[in-house]
Amino acid sequence: MKRMVACMLLLATLLSCTAVLTGCHGSRQLDAFVMPDSFDESGTYTITFWAKNDTNKAQVSVYQQAIEDFQTLYPNITVNLRLYTDYNKIYNDVITNISTGTTPNVCITYPDHMATYMTGANTVVPLDQLMDDPQYGLGGSEVRFDGPTRAEIIPTYLSECVIDGQTYALPFMRSTEACYINKTYVEALGYTLPETLTWDFIWEVSEAATAKDEEGNYLVNGQKVMIPFIYKSTDNMMIQMLRQKGAGYSDSQGSILLFNDTTEALLYGIADHAATGAFSTFKISSYPANFLNAGQCIFAIDSTAGATWMGSDAPLSDISEDAIVDFETAVMTVPQFDTGNPQMISQGPSVCVFGKQDDQEVLASWLFTQFLLTNQVQIGYAQTEGYVPVTSKAREDSVYQDYLSRAGEDITTHYEVKIRATRLLLENTEHTFVTPVWNGSASLRDAAGQLIENVVKSVRRKETVDEAYMENLFASVRSLYRLEDGGAGSSAAAGKADLGKLPSTAVILLVALGVTWMVLGGYYLTNSMKKRRKSCNKSEKVRK
Amino acid sequence: MKKLIAVLLTLTLLCAFAGCGEKTDINAKSEGVLTYAQYTDAALDTQVVVEGFIQAKQAYSEEYGNTSLYLQDGDGAYFVYRIACTAEQYESMKVGSKIKVTGYKSEWSGEVEIVDATFEMEEGTYTAAAVDVTSLLGTDGLAAKQNQKVLFKGLKVEAANEAGDAFLYSYDGSGQEGSDLYFNVSLNGTTYSFVVESDLCGADTDVYKAVKALKVGDTIDVEGFLYWYNGANPHVTSVTVSK
Repeated sequence: MKRMVACMLLLATLLSCTAVLTGCHGSRQLDAFVMPDSFDESGTYTITFWAKNDTNKAQVSVYQQAIEDFQTLYPNITVNLRLYTDYNKIYNDVITNISTGTTPNVCITYPDHMATYMTGANTVVPLDQLMDDPQYGLGGSEVRFDGPTRAEIIPTYLSECVIDGQTYALPFMRSTEACYINKTYVEALGYTLPETLTWDFIWEVSEAATAKDEEGNYLVNGQKVMIPFIYKSTDNMMIQMLRQKGAGYSDSQGSILLFNDTTEALLYGIADHAATGAFSTFKISSYPANFLNAGQCIFAIDSTAGATWMGSDAPLSDISEDAIVDFETAVMTVPQFDTGNPQMISQGPSVCVFGKQDDQEVLASWLFTQFLLTNQVQIGYAQTEGYVPVTSKAREDSVYQDYLSRAGEDITTHYEVKIRATRLLLENTEHTFVTPVWNGSASLRDAAGQLIENVVKSVRRKETVDEAYMENLFASVRSLYRLEDGGAGSSAAAGKADLGKLPSTAVILLVALGVTWMVLGGYYLTNSMKKRRKSCNKSEKVRK
Repeated sequence: MKKLIAVLLTLTLLCAFAGCGEKTDINAKSEGVLTYAQYTDAALDTQVVVEGFIQAKQAYSEEYGNTSLYLQDGDGAYFVYRIACTAEQYESMKVGSKIKVTGYKSEWSGEVEIVDATFEMEEGTYTAAAVDVTSLLGTDGLAAKQNQKVLFKGLKVEAANEAGDAFLYSYDGSGQEGSDLYFNVSLNGTTYSFVVESDLCGADTDVYKAVKALKVGDTIDVEGFLYWYNGANPHVTSVTVSK
């Protein structure tokens, strides 16, 4: 009887512990957000906002001003700002904090990252209900500021925040990539910029620019250094090339299509130009802007949100003034394979709201999130770089129109290169695209760039880039980014979705489980010792 | 007699211990390892094998599983960028310990470094004393000391921005506590930018706190590693206000 009871106790303990541990591994369970009837004005709420800036003080100032203005409107809400300059750092910190239940309330994010955050139940709050709420939704009756309506958010950008039919973020700013060109050198080499930049044109001019004199000076600039074409973000480079070629990368089901023949062919082409010194990357050489402004680069591809670093008169610079050369800067779309169907990536920060136990706290977070889409914040932030506002309300605002019309009036707010980069995106919104988002898509993006980085490095190191090399490269990059199993839900997600250490509750439960085992073990050991003693006693009696 | 025996025993022990304390030859290289001179002569993008003594290490990156090392031997210094290692291996990389590094010589914004490297820990210890390079500041000769532990004396703290702050969080003030600290110093009328690299010396270190306490006009002595970013950009490890 006692044995049966012990077994049942053991089974019950195991089952309960297993159930509890299964539930709590990786993240604390949150209840789904339920929209309160009204916002509690009597309570005080402190929310944290993790924001990304491009190492740009003006952007920090916009965030700070937004918080100040918001707190004036909502004195019972305090917003604590935490600044980041790197999306990946935010991503990793959020992942770590999901496991400890200490996520921020509001966070600048990329949709790729959001898909991973959503592996925890109710971790990220779906925003559709909040957006459409007549009182506190977009343009709601109880909102204390003049925010945009849902219809006033650029539909393309809002759709980028939809995962599995639900909206999990609001777009905050949008940018694309631009090619910043030393037009003076292009013309000095005997070329004229085409209406639409093509890959063939860039490669041809870049190769021409590698010519040197007998002393090893480049003919085009008379210097010892010239990297004609530098790409900042090689993941974007590969993604856009594949898109323009109509080749596979990924799909909405999370299939990994990157490792294909077109990719291989593109890599051979890139290798050829890296071998002559016509091409390099940010990771291998440094910031394209530094080389461009020093007259050591002709085609610098970087985000439109990096426009203030580009050109002889750039307001921001990392190189000494005496190293900057004078040249005319052209701003063009990224190179295309098919000029009749230009395609370029849409990027830029979105903002999401994390789930909390207190629905009022979530509502406070939502109000702040919504505030980030007001004209003042949108226009203020857009002016800091080559970003565009994500609402038609801000774009049509006379203040914004005036800003756009004053390109070149100064080299600060109205820096011409920056406003031209902005216009480039405004005029090409319909040509932008985003890549499918799924849990693990962030790893696939990294892998796309890694292919290019590895090939360029290998060529520079005089390694042979052939079929065997490509086979190894694909295998190693698949392995590095855990893309072996083919798609969403595979270990790809696990690559960066490591949810960190077990939460303390889980550790306590594991310890409790261990102690339970020890107690049970002790119980059986004691019992068996007693039985042995009884047996011995019996024997002794017999012997006697 | 007893005293004599005690003295003799003590002397014997001292001699024995002296024999045990084998001095490390800081320039000795294993077979196939480049001397510092051979390393400086090696072309960029070629494989290099060097041995040096760890003078400092940056924070371990859990995200990427790597760290960056500042190495030195008797002739020069090496910066090893993001060398892959486990957290346990990182712990074994003690300051002063000897390490053999195999990687590729590379250059990023003027910083000559070793990338894509692997390593083996070796026997031997050496901690370099900072070399006074004050007289080389602003000269081409400073580049020859790249990555070494160096000392600058008598630098004047200059304003880091138009507002007159003595330091900035990040290069333009866009950071916050825990970010890199940038400050300007001048010598003989020329101003230079120095940085407390937060991955090397975080917010809880003495140097981080010392830089935050600087005032424009202070005269300071600075120790650090002579990192390069489009020119000398020392990673500061110690700041002492002398005036």
